[in-house]
This record gives sequence, C-alpha cells and structure tokens, in this order.
Amino acid sequence: MSVEGALPSEPAIRFVDVCKSFGERAHRHLVLDRVSFSVPIGKTTVIAGGSGQGKSVILKLILGLLRPDSGQVLIGDKNISIMGYKALQEVRMLFGVLFQGAALFDSLTVFENIALPLRERTKLSGEEIRDRVAMTLKQLELAGHEEKFPAQLSGGMKKRVGLARALQLEPKIVLFDEPTTGLDPVMTKEIYELFARMQRQLGYTAVIVSHDIPQIFTLADQIILLNKGELDVFTDPSRIPYSTKPNIREFARLIMGQAAV
Amino acid sequence: MNPIERRPVSLLRIVGGIGDQALYILTDLGNMGIFLFFSLVGLCTPPFRFKELIKQLGFIGAGSITVIFFTALSSGMVLGLQGYYSLHKFGAEGMLGSAVSLTLIMEIGPMLTALMVAGRAGSAMCAEIGIMRISEQIDALECMAIDPFRYLISPKFLAALISVPLLTALFDVVGIMGGYLAGVELMGVNSGAFFAGMQKSVTNHDLRLGVIKSFVFALLLVWICTGRGYFVQKIRGAGFGAESVSKVTTQAVVMSSIAVLIFDYLLTAVLL
Repeated sequence: MSVEGALPSEPAIRFVDVCKSFGERAHRHLVLDRVSFSVPIGKTTVIAGGSGQGKSVILKLILGLLRPDSGQVLIGDKNISIMGYKALQEVRMLFGVLFQGAALFDSLTVFENIALPLRERTKLSGEEIRDRVAMTLKQLELAGHEEKFPAQLSGGMKKRVGLARALQLEPKIVLFDEPTTGLDPVMTKEIYELFARMQRQLGYTAVIVSHDIPQIFTLADQIILLNKGELDVFTDPSRIPYSTKPNIREFARLIMGQAAV
Repeated sequence: MNPIERRPVSLLRIVGGIGDQALYILTDLGNMGIFLFFSLVGLCTPPFRFKELIKQLGFIGAGSITVIFFTALSSGMVLGLQGYYSLHKFGAEGMLGSAVSLTLIMEIGPMLTALMVAGRAGSAMCAEIGIMRISEQIDALECMAIDPFRYLISPKFLAALISVPLLTALFDVVGIMGGYLAGVELMGVNSGAFFAGMQKSVTNHDLRLGVIKSFVFALLLVWICTGRGYFVQKIRGAGFGAESVSKVTTQAVVMSSIAVLIFDYLLTAVLL
C-alpha cells in the first residue's frame, strides 16, 4: 500500500491483509486480496472503483455483516473479525449507515423511521424523541414531511431521511454506500453539499463508497481506489495516474482519460 | 480420450455434486436451527413489542377468520353429508355427532387451519421478510444494533402461537355447526342424538391432541415462512431480487404445508 502524503489523525478503521472471496469452491471469486489500509479519525475517506471490485464488501466487513477469510478488520483497537454477536452489537453503536437505497422501513412514516434508533436504543421520553427528530428534520430541510411514507418520497428525500436516521445516535463513524445512485446531477450536488456540511458540524469520520468519479473526490480527505483486487491510497486526486500499481493506473486511464505514467 | 478414461472424472463429478448438495442441505438446516433458537430467545427478551404483537395478531388471527369460517363450514357440511351416507348404511345415524366432532377436533381442524394460515399469512410473512432482506432493511436494523429477531421475527412467532390455536377452536366450532346443519337440518338426523353422541365420545384427551397439534403446526409454519424469507439470499437456485422473493415464498408455503402434513401423522401416531 502506498500512501500519498501523511494524514494527521490516528486510524478509526484499519484493514490488515484482508482477503475475502465469494462463491462455491469450484467457482470461487477472490474480491479482496491481502488488502491493507487505514481510515483516519474525523476525516472523509472515499472508496472508489468499478462495479464488482469489492467496495460494498469493504463496508460490510467494517460493519461485521461479513467476516474476512483471513486478515484483521480493526475498529479503533478492536478486531471485529473474531467478535461474538453481543460485542459486535456494541461496536455497531459507533456507526451510522446510509444504504444505497436508503433502506427505509416501508411500513413506517418518515418520523417513525428517524425515531426508530432513539426508541430502540435510548431511554429518551416520547417528547424528547419528538423534539430531537423535529430538530433533525429541520436541519435536513425535511420539516413538513414527517407523516409521509418512504414510497411517497423522491430519491433525494429518501437519502436525506436515511442520513437523518443514521445520525440519530450521534455516531462516531458514518458509512455511505453509493449515496448518489439514481439521483440527477443537481440533486447529487445538493447531497454532497449536505454531507460536507453535516460532517463539518458533527465531526464524525465518514467513509463514502461511490463510483461517482471524479465528482466524489471533492468531498475526500483520502481516496482509496480499488481495481482487480489491487488497492491504492491517495490524499491528492491528481496523483492517481502516477500510482505504482498497474491496475490502478489502468483504472485511472479509464475513468480520468489521462495517460498513465 | 476413450470412455474408460473419462469414467473416473464423471464419477468424481457425481460424487462431488452429491457431497456438495448434502453440505448445502446441512448448512441450510443449521441456519434454520439457529434462526429458530434466536427467534425463541427473542420471545423472552425485553423490551417486548406489544403494539407489533397486536398488529400481527390482527393480521394472522383476525384477518384469517373469514377464510377459516368458510373452510370450516364447508368441511363440516361435507363431513355431515358423507358421515350420514356411510352411517345410514348401518343404521347408525345417531353416531354422526361423534364422527363429525372427533374428526374435526383431532384431525381436520388443526390441519386445515394451519394450511389456510400458511397460505394466507405465511406467504405474506415470507414475502415481507424477504423484501426487507433484499432491500437491506434487515441489514439496517443490524447496523443500528437492533436485534432483528426480537424486533421483527419474535412478534410474528408469538402472534402465530396465539392465533393458530384460537383459529383452530373457531374452525372446530364452525365445522361442528356445519355438520349439524347438513346432518340434522338437511338429512333429518335427531338433534339430541347428534349432541349426545358428541358429548359422549369427545374426551379431554381428544381436545388436548387437537391443541398440541395446533401449537406445533403454528410453530412449524411461522418458523419455515419467516426463516425462508430471512435467508432469501442464501437459498440455492432462488435467483435474485423480486424473482427470488416470489420463488422463496412459494417454496415456504409448500414446505410448511408438507411439514404440517408429516407432523400431523407423527403426532397422531405418538399421542393417539
């Protein structure tokens, strides 16, 4: 792994020689091959790459929804690859997640969706929950939509409700899985501005998985590029074509239209 | 390559295929076993979701009353007519009440109730959980450190365990009414003989058998239907997306119906 420039903070997340493959024995497909990288605290890290390169797999490994075949996934100093269910539940309290399709509960209203983590994971009274949800709705310009169901919302509004729900428990790390898929360019820009604003306000560590290249780089303090099992880390997008990894150079050529050195 | 040289390779492939299928079935059974364990643990883990339980009781229980009523009425009337024609040959029409009530309480009531609930509510539960799985809603629960078993599955288990025995009782009562209508009102069997025969032949043991069956069938159908939905992405040959949910829902109803029929025989053989 090569790191272009140094980031000041200690790592919130660390992958050490992680391998992950899928499929049955005869058709096993190695998605991540001895992958190592760190995500610094309080910064925004963007994980980019083509479809099927393992970006979402990395998110699921961070959340403990998948276990690596070998290697370690560390959250702070805790190795979640070997954790039991209960310990994993405690670590998951550190996370907020915005899923690709927002993963809102169809049968709950916007208000109930946002209030769900507060109702289930805190001892706040009904009134306190109402106040907190109302404040978040206002912050994310969703006031007036409390009683709507997810099916009645536009794509951009669903993402905002998903973000509101993800931020309710004041997470230390927020993971975004393809947050602008299906949105038009204007809405995409609005969502990026919202992400940047919320990250500045709340100071969480953000990990964004996206294939929206190069637009997504505007949000990034650190960029992790994945292609054909290889991975490289950058702090400056202009350095991407100069990667030491051939597969990353090839990817850079394809996405940025620049000749690799 | 001649056929003799090819044979070991084909044989290996066949043996490998059988082993692979056996491993898949064992893994699937293991997953379903763990699923049942966590669902039952979720039943006893606070905080309890009373609102969700009431909602599920409404859906599984109250929502099934119409279909149970008509199935029971039709079954009871058919039993009354068939029973009358069989018993009439031996001049034993007075036994009609006994024959109808015992058949309904011990066999037809619990079995048909479970099959109807599997078809109506079981399929819906499987599809609901399956859609929640493929649209990442269950992953979202896990990411919020909310136990999906306690939040989502266990209220359905409890609602089925309460609803199915009550629906079975309703089935028995309506079925006996149907048998009375067909036997007494239509065919002219003596009303007193009908009820006296029923009172004389139905014992606590028969009622207990019906109740035990209804509990076991409820557990089987809710376990299989919610479990197949939960593991929709792990079921071999189910495909992806909406297609996988539709295939797995069909599979869940078929599997739970077969399980009910098999356990009906086993419980009768053991408990009769």
